[in-house]
Amino acid sequence: MNGLRGAALAAVLAGSLVAASACGSGFDDNGSTTTQQSAGPADLKILIASSGPAETKAVQDAAAQWATTSGSKATVTPAQDIVQQLGQALAGSTPPDVFYVDAARFADYASVGALEPYAQSMPGVEAFLPNLKQSFTYQDKLYCVPKDTSTLALQINTDLWQKAGLTDADIPTSWEQLRSAAQKIKAKGITPLAIGDTRDRVGAFLVQAGGYWVSPDGKQATADSPQNVEALTYVQGLLKDGLAKYPKAMDAGWAGEAFGKGKAAMAIEGNWIKGALEADFPNIKYTVKELPAGPKGKGTLSFTQCWGIAAKSQFKQQAVAFVQSMTSADQQLAFSKAFGVMPSRQDAQATYQQQNPDDAAFVAGAQYAQGPVNAPKMDSVLADLDTGLQGLQTADPKAVLQRFDKNAKSALGG
Amino acid sequence: MPRGIRGRGIRGNERAAGWLFVAPAVMILGLFMLLPILMALFVSFTRWNGQGSPFTGSVPFAGVDNYTRLFTDDGLTRHDFMTSIRNNAYYVFMVVPIQTVLALGLALVVNKRRGFFRTAFYFPSVTSSVAISVVFLFLFANGGAINAILAVFGVRGPQWFSDPRGLVHLIVGDPPAFLVEHSVFGLTWWDWLSGPSVAMCAIITLVVWTTSGTFMVMFLAALQNVPVQLEEAGRIDGATRWQLLRHVILPQLRPTTFLVVTLGLIGTWQVFDQIYVMSQGNPAKTTLTPAFLSYRTAFRDFDYGAGAAISFVLFLIIVLLTLLQRRLTRERD
Repeated sequence: MNGLRGAALAAVLAGSLVAASACGSGFDDNGSTTTQQSAGPADLKILIASSGPAETKAVQDAAAQWATTSGSKATVTPAQDIVQQLGQALAGSTPPDVFYVDAARFADYASVGALEPYAQSMPGVEAFLPNLKQSFTYQDKLYCVPKDTSTLALQINTDLWQKAGLTDADIPTSWEQLRSAAQKIKAKGITPLAIGDTRDRVGAFLVQAGGYWVSPDGKQATADSPQNVEALTYVQGLLKDGLAKYPKAMDAGWAGEAFGKGKAAMAIEGNWIKGALEADFPNIKYTVKELPAGPKGKGTLSFTQCWGIAAKSQFKQQAVAFVQSMTSADQQLAFSKAFGVMPSRQDAQATYQQQNPDDAAFVAGAQYAQGPVNAPKMDSVLADLDTGLQGLQTADPKAVLQRFDKNAKSALGG
Repeated sequence: MPRGIRGRGIRGNERAAGWLFVAPAVMILGLFMLLPILMALFVSFTRWNGQGSPFTGSVPFAGVDNYTRLFTDDGLTRHDFMTSIRNNAYYVFMVVPIQTVLALGLALVVNKRRGFFRTAFYFPSVTSSVAISVVFLFLFANGGAINAILAVFGVRGPQWFSDPRGLVHLIVGDPPAFLVEHSVFGLTWWDWLSGPSVAMCAIITLVVWTTSGTFMVMFLAALQNVPVQLEEAGRIDGATRWQLLRHVILPQLRPTTFLVVTLGLIGTWQVFDQIYVMSQGNPAKTTLTPAFLSYRTAFRDFDYGAGAAISFVLFLIIVLLTLLQRRLTRERD
């Protein structure tokens, strides 16, 4: 027994001695001693959550061009799993200088002080869409500028639409019309609508009914309201009557897949469906319309990422210059050509619409879209909400909303 | 030489030499295993948010808060944790017995044969668990092979990865009211008792299929060591095949059975990659496990303290269950 204890003690000692000598430097908290290199050439590390090779190449090319004109170095790395990679880098005090921050995760990063609020004073910041800027505002500070945006719209399979005996006049612009069109499609034995079983799709109906999960400032949970109950009850009605189905019930990973395979006549998805359908289902004929309006008018959801700059970056000034160059109107249009995203600047959006007339519904949606829940520590609460929405068909809408409020209140601390 | 004697014989200085020889291994184990574990233990008592080092004064100390949140506070953290414990318990109680019996059966079958079947049964174990998970996703798709086979027999297969109802729920139907009204640790009695979801059953099938091959090899090695004389003696005494298995072979396999059950218990409580690849805890959290929850809490919610606390509770569960199992198997001796 003595020997065993001795061995354990020795192991601890040996381990800590080696550790103390080997990683003593690595564990210093050098947050306060970060030396700022205000001017001159920089060595920027950029981490992106790329949507595919097209985006990676476009960003790499743009970064290379910026590097040659500015005399700095810029290395773009596409992340496998940006949340985890950033988490590790931030924990090790060596974050990349510039990185994509998703609007849904933004508040988590901002609240722990990982982000530099550079956008406050960045020249030309007025050009960005106001509701997107709201997505990147935490405690009244605008932290970063949106790199692009996408919104939800209604995709209609024109072949199935005609097969169901419907015409352009039947394209729904209100909840009632959506329901009656869906009933006609269902009568022909076709699934009318494919809709994702998450807050990021169902939430659009809440906006159309005049409600949302949280208050606009993201400080209060407001799910349990008559408007939200009305919205969820409407969606539940669609699901119960077989007028809408979740993708999994149609053996699809997402609504776009079900739509592309011709299993559903309509889908509610965002800009990305365009590229996905082109790549996987090139023969499908479809048209994109704005989402039908609810009792309180039109509503949709926006998704966006911003160019975050690390609070611990050594080259903040150069990083801001880099972001400015990446978000100029010309560059945004070049990106949208390369990998099909919508610009986040108002001045670039007009040109974008001229170049992509088919995307009119997405562009129109950007004007009135609601961003994701913008509050820290909400990820597991929102995942729990998604669980509730997955079972919406048989659940009590009010109970789903009350449960969210209860969980959100403890997460938001109020 | 007895330990108590402190004389310095001719082997007196072997002790120092011994330490010298094991020093590299001790250093490596200490640096890469013991030290990180101790660091994680420290993190589990803090509210570290993942910014900079957790070992500075600026990191708020939480005491045992991260642990009490898992057990006493009525909130989402406890609900998720208890759900994951429930799921994993069902998983363990189904996987460990089935895979042990199956592995033993396979070993008995291939004991006298060589070649093809040994390789075939062992094959799933050498294949990447991620690749197998993806294949199973296709098999268990709503229009996949499993449901197609069920359809041949006139059975309408479930929507494997979207139906959150438990097995008991599917068989019994809607729960009686008294089970729904009262709750333990934030989950109602019905939540605890409604059984693993069909999605979890699909994952259980996958794991049994992949791991039984590994354990078959262990049983096989032990079977080869059972002396032929024992078997022959049994036969001469007039034992039937079943009696031979029950009273001669199985007692000889006891150490291996203990090993297989222990390894099975440890492995099944730590299930992660199949969950990560196949379901991410869905549908309706019925495949959430403590290992996956710990990962999600730390790396998605930036709540590293709670994430570390979950993994230490999991560690304790494994240690306690292994001790319990050891005691149970020992008592029969």
